Amino acid sequence: MRLDLGPLSLARGGHLLLRRALAAIPVGGSLLVRGDDPELVSHARALARRWGSSFAVEGSDVRLGPPEWLGGRWRGAERAGESGAGGVVEAPPQTWGLAARGAAVEVGAPAFAFRLASRDEVWTQDAGRFYLQAAAAQWDPATAIDWGANFELPDEVEDAVVQLMTYLIENETAALIVPARFCAQVHPHFREVMQVLAIQAADEARHIEVFTRRALLKRSAPALSTAGGQASLKTLIDEPDFALATFLLSVLGEGSFLALLRFLERHAPDPVTAAVARLTAQDEARHVAFGLAHLERHTAVDPSLLSRLANAIEGRHDALRETAGLNEEVFDALLFIAAGGWAPASLQRGWDAVVSLQAEMDVGRRVRLRRLGFSESEAARLSGLHTRNFM
Amino acid sequence: MRPFVLGAVAYDPKVVAIWDGFKQFFEDHGLPFDYVLFHNYERQVAAHFAGLIDVAWNSPLAWVMTERIARKKGRKATAVAMRDTDQDLTSVVVVRADSGIQRVADLQGRKIGVGAADSPQATLIPMRSLSLAGLAWPDGMEVRHDLLLGKHGDHVGGERVAAQALLRGEVDAACMIDSNLLAFAADGTLPAGSVRVLHTTEPYDHCNFTVLDGVDVGHVVPFLSLLLGMSWDDPTVRRLMDLEGLKAWRPGRTSGYEQVDMAANSYGPMNELVDQA
Ligand SMILES: [Fe+2]
Ligand SMILES: [Fe+2]
Repeated sequence: MRLDLGPLSLARGGHLLLRRALAAIPVGGSLLVRGDDPELVSHARALARRWGSSFAVEGSDVRLGPPEWLGGRWRGAERAGESGAGGVVEAPPQTWGLAARGAAVEVGAPAFAFRLASRDEVWTQDAGRFYLQAAAAQWDPATAIDWGANFELPDEVEDAVVQLMTYLIENETAALIVPARFCAQVHPHFREVMQVLAIQAADEARHIEVFTRRALLKRSAPALSTAGGQASLKTLIDEPDFALATFLLSVLGEGSFLALLRFLERHAPDPVTAAVARLTAQDEARHVAFGLAHLERHTAVDPSLLSRLANAIEGRHDALRETAGLNEEVFDALLFIAAGGWAPASLQRGWDAVVSLQAEMDVGRRVRLRRLGFSESEAARLSGLHTRNFM
Repeated sequence: MRPFVLGAVAYDPKVVAIWDGFKQFFEDHGLPFDYVLFHNYERQVAAHFAGLIDVAWNSPLAWVMTERIARKKGRKATAVAMRDTDQDLTSVVVVRADSGIQRVADLQGRKIGVGAADSPQATLIPMRSLSLAGLAWPDGMEVRHDLLLGKHGDHVGGERVAAQALLRGEVDAACMIDSNLLAFAADGTLPAGSVRVLHTTEPYDHCNFTVLDGVDVGHVVPFLSLLLGMSWDDPTVRRLMDLEGLKAWRPGRTSGYEQVDMAANSYGPMNELVDQA
């Protein structure tokens, strides 16, 4: 066999041609290499030593034997499952690490420490579909909302909107941190789950942006952040278990938020508030659906999870029992927004609206708890224990 | 059981990772093993004769020193193993492509950049090879790049500095190991078309594991069988072998040290060391 490199240097790309030609040497054969690069002989000798080829100079050409070590790096390499969603394995080894699902992984790759590494714990067959939906539904806060819309609200109504936005921002911050943290703990073999969590965190980043922007549209600072509200959110941030955190955040918290945002859209005193509520609610519906899908599969393979979920609600309820005045500011802001003014009849209407919002949240929670497999009465009892902070 | 103690020269921080890895490998396979790092090969050779180490990972020049001292003392040194990549190296003498230098004789009276004074590959062997090709070495013709003396050129720095001096026109030729020419061409130290190989030395061998007579055979035998049994296909040792730059260990041979042995005659410090031993 012969290889003519022409002017190409073995130090500058020619090694690829040489490697390809060496790999094709038949048993007992050899390769004659020629070229115009004055460094050809020296470079070929160094490469032959590295690859375990015999080497001889023949005039201005060189002759190389079959390489002992070429491609040897891939001996014993293991396929990291199969590329499709059907190729997900039960327990991917930590040494598969960051490799694309279905890639051939060289032996001796380092072991990572992805904590969420079993299929039963993290996987749902729908994850890929959820990710695609989310990717297609991304909206640009700069253009999706008419920030320049002309409106002026009475001071107290604007104050109520700013208070509500302040509350929403800290809730969205918790909703960003929780999936972001689990995203970094999921074995990348479960790529679609990792992607869903990442895009969910990106959704929340946008929510934080638009709520902040609405809060500061007419005011120079956000309003009040309550100790009780933060205590409630801290229990979410502190929950180390993926299933329990998903349950508390997505199924119960974001589920309740869905009703809250729809309420806000319906009663919004201005077009900007209506738009941010409508757009964020679209995203929250996806977050809730994914959390439910994931937990439905999880409780189906492990029915004992139901009692752990129930314990999580009870534990959180107990932890927050002592927090006084939780949510007063938010409750009053919602009431005032729905009322739209100080007239006693308006306030009565606002009060009724908030009461029916709470009833609607309760119904939603019970429906979702039933879907996970809780009985009618258990679902009613657990929904009643959900935090007064809504999220 | 007393461990088998290896000596090696610390020419780079990675040396610690390498021998820590080997220590773990040997001990996992039942051979108690330890190592001592030396600043320079001269200290290591002396320690070897003083019985402080059982086996030395020697440069070609350190091997020649050991062999000569052993002969003088009536002892026997043996090269027991080496890397596949220690066999059949060449050094090249490169010039600027546009320099007009066509033959070794054209270098007479010019400045020739070499590595450290004690580097077999970048100084001793290529200078002797050029001498055999007819070059004489009046004062000032040899421009040394004495990085890390005592490490026998194991550190690539001296060769790189010589290559850079060539590009800047401070010298008219530079000497380096063939694999470093490849590396400098690939990493851009020597841009495409900037240099030309004027002269290539005969092939020679590089490092080896050296033992002296009287070493405990009960240690050497398992040491060698574990070493030669290391397979690059085994992922648990591949990282270590990659670090040390080999694919397989080979039984030691001394046929590749003739050039360094002859070249060492002109290296003063070496003769002093042997005389004092
Ligand atoms: Fe959100
Ligand atoms: Fe959300």
